[in-house]
Amino acid sequence: MTFLKYIPKLILPIVLLFSLQACGEDDRSQRDDQEETTEAGLTEFELEHGIGPVTERIEIDDEIDQELVTKGRNIYEMKCEMCHNMEGRMVGPQLGDVMEHRSPEFVMNFILNPSGMTREHPVGQELLQEYMTSMPFQNVKEDEARAIVEFLRDYKRNN
Amino acid sequence: MKEQKSKTLRGFLFGAGFVAIAAFLFTGCPSQQGMMDTREAAQKVYVAPGEHDEYYGFFSGGYSGQLSVWGLPSSRLLKVIPVFSQDPESGYGYSEETKPLFETSYGFIPWDDSHHPHISQTDGDADGRWIFINANNTPRIARIDLKTFETKEILELPNTGGNHASSFVTSNTEYVIGGTRFSIPYEADLDVPIDSYSDEFRGALSFVAVDQETGMMDLDFQIVVPPYNYDLGRAGKGPSADWVFFTTYNTEEAHTMLEVNASRYDKDFIAAVNWRKAAELVEQGHGRTVSAEYYHNYYEGNQGYAINDIKDQVTILDTREIDENFIYYLPTPKSPHGVDVDPTGEYIVGGGKLATVIPVHSFSRMLEAIDNNEVEEVIDGIPVLNYDATIAGEVENPGLGPLHTEFDGRGYAYTSVYISSEIVKWSLETFEVVDRIDAYYSIGHLMITGGDTKNPDARYMVGLTKTAKDRYLPTGPKQNHPAQLYDISGDRMELLLDFPTIGEPHYAQAIRADKIVDQVAQIYEMEENDHPDALLRIADNRVERDGNTVHVYMGSTRSHFRPDNIEGIRVGDTVYIHLTNLEQEWDVVHGIAVKGANNAEILVAPGQTKTLKWEPTRTGIYPFYCTAFCSALHQEMQGYIRVSAEDSDVELAWRTGTD
Ligand code: HEC
Ligand SMILES: [Cu+2]
Repeated sequence: MTFLKYIPKLILPIVLLFSLQACGEDDRSQRDDQEETTEAGLTEFELEHGIGPVTERIEIDDEIDQELVTKGRNIYEMKCEMCHNMEGRMVGPQLGDVMEHRSPEFVMNFILNPSGMTREHPVGQELLQEYMTSMPFQNVKEDEARAIVEFLRDYKRNN
Repeated sequence: MKEQKSKTLRGFLFGAGFVAIAAFLFTGCPSQQGMMDTREAAQKVYVAPGEHDEYYGFFSGGYSGQLSVWGLPSSRLLKVIPVFSQDPESGYGYSEETKPLFETSYGFIPWDDSHHPHISQTDGDADGRWIFINANNTPRIARIDLKTFETKEILELPNTGGNHASSFVTSNTEYVIGGTRFSIPYEADLDVPIDSYSDEFRGALSFVAVDQETGMMDLDFQIVVPPYNYDLGRAGKGPSADWVFFTTYNTEEAHTMLEVNASRYDKDFIAAVNWRKAAELVEQGHGRTVSAEYYHNYYEGNQGYAINDIKDQVTILDTREIDENFIYYLPTPKSPHGVDVDPTGEYIVGGGKLATVIPVHSFSRMLEAIDNNEVEEVIDGIPVLNYDATIAGEVENPGLGPLHTEFDGRGYAYTSVYISSEIVKWSLETFEVVDRIDAYYSIGHLMITGGDTKNPDARYMVGLTKTAKDRYLPTGPKQNHPAQLYDISGDRMELLLDFPTIGEPHYAQAIRADKIVDQVAQIYEMEENDHPDALLRIADNRVERDGNTVHVYMGSTRSHFRPDNIEGIRVGDTVYIHLTNLEQEWDVVHGIAVKGANNAEILVAPGQTKTLKWEPTRTGIYPFYCTAFCSALHQEMQGYIRVSAEDSDVELAWRTGTD
């Protein structure tokens, strides 16, 4: 009788475990076909450039595109500035120097897939633990994320 | 402790006994009960966690004035859309943006009575662009956008007393109709003796044109008709798409004790209106404009403050003044309530609440009768057609008090029957009753999924009943109104579920979820926020004074307001807090509540701007906070406003994040 009572409680974790494992394995075997994966279960590209819609290196001219900077600044002021400072921590980390330690693709993926980044990427996981607020997806399109990168590059050069 | 235990045990035993008896009853003789095996019924309404219902159901709120949204078949409440009543849950009717929606020629009306939601149509089929609903008491029609599930527009109807025959649309939403339940003196504010009824009172049937792009309503014309009570209306479809049918009662023209005095005649009328012809007559200048004050309230852009466009005249077509016929009376027994048109557009079914039969008129026979001039008399220019010439059949033994009918598109009609509290299913071929089932208790309208369209998608039927009595755990002398969900996919109607609702649903409509689910907005896009007081860049947050008026341009994201410290407000100021929610993530809502603000709190959806008006009357420190649990640091989302004396010289200042 008492044992029976626990059966539902036991079954759930077992089923869950099983299904999670099955999913994980599936994922990995798929990846194995394409590329080597690292310890975190991410590809080298993902580890360095983030997880999200940007899956290849993008070409970036050394020269700053001022039109793109303006576009990026407008989006930043509307959709990012309430949480980020250029200098100094706010809701999120300061972004004035982000281009120094992150690749453009990483920044774009963070903007375009913040929940994925904080769940699955070791850097994102760490940041979430530190800031304790999840950065939201701000309905930014890929070309707009690219413009924000240009704005951040421009800021870094001038400051 | 012991006492408690034995009580629980007794309760359990009683419960078990009850279940056993119920199980026996239901499984023992399901045909009698009309209730299928409970397990089977449960399975049919079970929508697993995380899965979605097949249909959206829109139920009027009746005396709550609102419109509730349900998932069918699970019959879970998804949302209450506030329409004609202020809503403390969202701040609708309290925020400066929405207050103007409530203005009428009688002033600000905070609470009305909503009856008949109707989904916009294209070619006789529900298309899910908008849903309209009528205010019965202070006559109005509202339009709700089914992208945001928000009330966008409210139009008042002049010359109307009790806008009950409303807000049904024509086949392509060319018009949404209104109709006066009370006839009243026609000229505005006419002060006459009540017993001048037959001479001075008139009915008005309203035709509100709908802009196909924007949905915007415009009162195109009103038809002035004899002083009866115009109760319900329905547009035709297919061959009858150019017509609208209204029921009338009180053709006796009583103005007191209608219970007796308006029930004397054997027959009243269904008014068949050729709206296309009426519209042509108006276009050709046969109408007359009369003065009439009424409000048209709407938003000019995506966001911002609703505006009041005050109209001062309306075009009327008075049947006494126009030679051409565009309206006919079909005699119909006896004080008919509902009028419903079958999917083919051929049958017009009257629900004579005091009649012993359900009369079914034939549209094609009606046209023949008009051609053959089978006219019995002419009332104020309106030909009354011969009953036998238009009737296609009478359904015998429908029960006591038939009211409303919907259709399954497979040759059957379903009529709600109030006094005997049941639904009868009958054949449109033989006009014979083939099935009947109990309603709990006293049914008003019923609704079939797609059941008023050309192509019913007749899986489920909902009965909207008026009293719950013993159906649920008792909740005092006044209980919420029930609804019952039936499976009508088989030969017999079968009861699946019985659930309490919001307010008093009169009519309801349902639409297949896949028709609208992809258009439903998840956020208000910041780029499209055209509110004049929106805060589009957080750096622009500020406080401005203009005499005694103070505007606070505030932004919110999880988990702070900007600004969150404000000083320099004075007693006697009128403060407008314009709060923009800068989030762009689905369902991340912020609110604001200010201590002592005797307006309300407001709730702001992602990308939206809303304004709270506040008039502080005492000096002191006023805390404010976010009322929506928005993040882990929600409890940190707060601020202070300092209010100083009227003559104080504390300077206006605002800050965030600096000490
Ligand atoms: C609601 C607050 C919020 C908004 C709005 C927001 N962020 Fe963030 N952002 C954060 C937080 C918090 C983190 C740290 C990760 C976490 O906790 O999710 C972060 C992390 C980041 C990072 C990673 C920094 C690093 O060191 O790798 C980048 C890049 C970033 N945000 C850019 C943006 C841009 C660009 C926008 C506007 C499109 C934006 N953020 C909007 C809160 C926000
Ligand atoms: Cu909040």
